[in-house]
Amino acid sequence: MISLFAFDFMRHAFLASTIVAVLAGAVGAFLVLRGQTFAGHALSHVGFAGATGAVLVGVSPLTGLLAVTVLGGIGMGAMGERMQGRDVAIGLVLALSLGLGLLFLHFYTAYAAQATALLFGNVLGVDTHTLWLLLALSLLSLLALALMARPLLFASLQPELAEARGVSLRLMAVLFMIVVAVATAECAQIVGVLLVFALMVGPPATAQRLTARFGRGVLLSVLIAVAQAWGGLVLAFYTDWPVSFWITALGALAYVAAHLGQGRWRSSHP
Amino acid sequence: MRAAAPAIDLVGARLELGGRAILSGITLSIGAEEFIGVLGPNGAGKTTLMRAILGLVPAAAGEIRVLGSPARRGNPAVGYMPQTRSNPAIGRISGRDFVASAAGGHRWGLPLLGAEGRREVARVLDLVDGTGLAGRPLSEISGGERQRLLLAQALLGQPRLLLLDEPLISLDPHHQHGVVALVRQLQTELGIAVLFSAHELNPLMGAMDRVLYLGSGQAAIGPVDDVITGPMLSRLYGSPIEVARFGHRIFVMAADGSEAEIGCHHHAHG
Repeated sequence: MISLFAFDFMRHAFLASTIVAVLAGAVGAFLVLRGQTFAGHALSHVGFAGATGAVLVGVSPLTGLLAVTVLGGIGMGAMGERMQGRDVAIGLVLALSLGLGLLFLHFYTAYAAQATALLFGNVLGVDTHTLWLLLALSLLSLLALALMARPLLFASLQPELAEARGVSLRLMAVLFMIVVAVATAECAQIVGVLLVFALMVGPPATAQRLTARFGRGVLLSVLIAVAQAWGGLVLAFYTDWPVSFWITALGALAYVAAHLGQGRWRSSHP
Repeated sequence: MRAAAPAIDLVGARLELGGRAILSGITLSIGAEEFIGVLGPNGAGKTTLMRAILGLVPAAAGEIRVLGSPARRGNPAVGYMPQTRSNPAIGRISGRDFVASAAGGHRWGLPLLGAEGRREVARVLDLVDGTGLAGRPLSEISGGERQRLLLAQALLGQPRLLLLDEPLISLDPHHQHGVVALVRQLQTELGIAVLFSAHELNPLMGAMDRVLYLGSGQAAIGPVDDVITGPMLSRLYGSPIEVARFGHRIFVMAADGSEAEIGCHHHAHG
């Protein structure tokens, strides 16, 4: 275990993945409750074009990723209910985004390494500057989420009643999607744009299986996300397999185990 | 009897959705302790009327007064139970969290209840005999039990007017009877006004004080015997209607024998 933390890049990786996992677990709990898990997936794809486009014009990929996911998030939040049932249109936009990203990479010469890092994450390559940026964004997003948590929960569970009580559904949707966009951009740093689900949707879905209390569900989701990230790093260190693979594998394992465990618990506690 | 203002006063009210008139020239008054059954074909404006009373749909003409003052959004004296839509995403949450989300849910901040909030949630759960249901996830309780929790939620904050939008939808006759009896009992005990919309007349027979029938943009209100008549319903449907009585049950059908559109009343449950 001594060797694990002997390297700067491992210490950075642990810090970065912890920062990101805490935000992803908390945001994901609301995302799953609102039935908007697909939105996180969609934003990350759109972000890919932003990240590669940013590299092309000489800006950092994270900046491009953030700019595009936040804009996409605002758009999705403002569209609201009109997004529902438009799977084909959304799917086309996603495909186009990945296609554009590919085109931008084609113009950029250091092709393969950059593409892999963006698509599947590069947690072992986080520098100090990025680490601070991730921390600042996480804290801001968590603060925003804490401020909007009550009306967001109300609007998610009982939209018509919340509206009658004076909650603006549109405002809640837009504010929440901005936080989702930041969380998505952060997750993409760790597991890449294709695997954002592993940190943002897997942990809250697993937590939901284990408790019916929403507050506990959020905490559990955060703990599971952090555990997945740490477990992924440790396993990757000893096997030399990709971190992102281990994080997705642990996520799937936790979800299946929660399902099976729930069945067993139910039968022994009728 | 307290000398309270009428629960609802409409004077020449006209309601529009997307520029199309749904109801026009509606004038009626509902007493502070009345149980009103709201009936009419699909699209007649039952939900729109409730949303207007909640201040979510402004009157295009005329006046809507609620408990003595103009209808406004966020009036805590009006309780509302929206039509249930199936939403599998929220099925894992506990009944207590679901009910509690509406307790002061419009305020910013973390969804923590405090002692007063917990007392209020306990009070409404007790009113509907739902305390035993509160710990279980929504997906694991029956439709009738879920309606009781929704009713509890509508009772938060001690409203003096309850708007219940189709609480009997997708319930079997036994549970329909239970919900109607519970609402009637609470309405009498708490001395409040209730607007209860339904597809069928018969489950409400005996519980409601008067019936409000909507159709063809118009409204008729009065005792069942005065409103549910061939001439009156023919006017509201815009086509000849016949009304037949068998014991306590009432059957409404088109005069040409077809039961389409209005046949819903013939599913009588004694």
